[in-house]
Amino acid sequence: MMAYTKRIDGRDFKELRPMEAKVGVIPRADGSAYFKIGGTAAYAAVYGPRTSFPRFLQNPKSGVLRCTYTMMPFSGAGDRVRPGPNRRSKEISMVTEKALIPVLDLEDFPNSVIDVFISLPETDAGSRCAGITAAALALADAGIPMKDFVSAVALGRVDDKLVVDLCYDEEAYEGGPVADIPIAMTQRSKEITLLQMDGEISKKDLLKLVELAKDATDKIHEKQVSALKEKFLREGFKNDN
Amino acid sequence: MTIENERAHLLKALRKNVRYDGRKTDEYRPIEILYNISKNAEGSASIKLGDTQVLAGVKFEIDKPFSDTPDEGILMVNVELSPMASPEFESGPPDNWSIELARVVDRGIRESKVVDFKDLCITPGEKVWMVNVDIVALNDSGNLLDACSLAAIAAIKNALFPEIVDGNIDYHKKSKKGLKLKDIPLSVTVHKVGEFYIVDPLSEEEKLTNARLTVATKKDGTICALQKGECATLNEKDIEAMVDLATSKAEELRKLL
Repeated sequence: MMAYTKRIDGRDFKELRPMEAKVGVIPRADGSAYFKIGGTAAYAAVYGPRTSFPRFLQNPKSGVLRCTYTMMPFSGAGDRVRPGPNRRSKEISMVTEKALIPVLDLEDFPNSVIDVFISLPETDAGSRCAGITAAALALADAGIPMKDFVSAVALGRVDDKLVVDLCYDEEAYEGGPVADIPIAMTQRSKEITLLQMDGEISKKDLLKLVELAKDATDKIHEKQVSALKEKFLREGFKNDN
Repeated sequence: MTIENERAHLLKALRKNVRYDGRKTDEYRPIEILYNISKNAEGSASIKLGDTQVLAGVKFEIDKPFSDTPDEGILMVNVELSPMASPEFESGPPDNWSIELARVVDRGIRESKVVDFKDLCITPGEKVWMVNVDIVALNDSGNLLDACSLAAIAAIKNALFPEIVDGNIDYHKKSKKGLKLKDIPLSVTVHKVGEFYIVDPLSEEEKLTNARLTVATKKDGTICALQKGECATLNEKDIEAMVDLATSKAEELRKLL
């Protein structure tokens, strides 16, 4: 069997796909963002902190972060995605919450909920990571105090190579073993807030990929920061709350 | 009482032919149409009416035809009022508003007969194309009705059939064949507030409307679907004025597609 010598889309093994980031794309929301990486695009809208309903969700000691991940019905490479929650989207919503909570001070918002809605118009692998990256941007745009920033990317292994930001054709590679590892990281402290994996990999390679994730999330973070700066240059610093 | 006060305030402005954002009664906000916003859809479009934005995508599937129309394909229109689009929308199954939106958009297209359903037949009685048009509201700053109908027709116009390989759809291969549209039906909703008729309302105006009439028309002015909404009554004079305004606005919108 031939080794994986050249990436399917021609990138270097450590190269991210082209990125696009914008904030303030959903004017009704308290904060919003669009993040696109290759063929995967995510919108995120933040509402809140607002009083949480149903009431049993209210916690007098702390606020609640509630993330909802949705693929738009026409966003998948195959058949139409049926609207409404499913096992996959519920799990992704949950790990997205866990990926973002470490940088928030939810104790500052007792009895409240911060809703983050993530919705993807097109997907080509790495959709939970694009969603987390967009969500972090939207939280910043909403003015929610954050102790650190979060950026996310999928890394992995395709046959004998370690790769950054897998596309769908790499996830589905049949010429050798594949590992797909979504990682979310805090920007300054480089702590891992999301770690999942499908496939097979050695401990040595896993640790190498965590190291590579630091560089990759740095590049994503640069994009996030320039999107925030771009909005403030465009609209000035509005204090309309 | 507040609603009455707000309406009085709006009417005062309308008597001077100015709206909250400075537009005239018969003026749309700036319209922006983008195509191919999702590479995984067979056709897609984004529509902005000012701050209001909706996305629409077409997915083709192969399905069994209905038994009463064995040689005709199927068109399905669905509207998702995502809670990301407005603090008033909630997660959960489609509510009455999203169902009304989907049905009004659906009828505007279906009743205009611009889609040849026989052309969607693959094997009579066995296999036909099912055309799924999904519309997702991204930001609701008013007039989702017209935004959704524009988005649907733009996405349908943009759609190309996928190839069929060994009886199954190969979504990676788009053919060069689109849906042959014989006309471009367009829906315009005219709102009656007091004695005024306005188009393309902002959310603030929409909640003060007394009655609305959505009019879908074809190029030659033929009316192909109607929907009256809200509680106030309309008379013949209203209907004539509202249809006239909708028809002339539809003509303007058609030039953008």
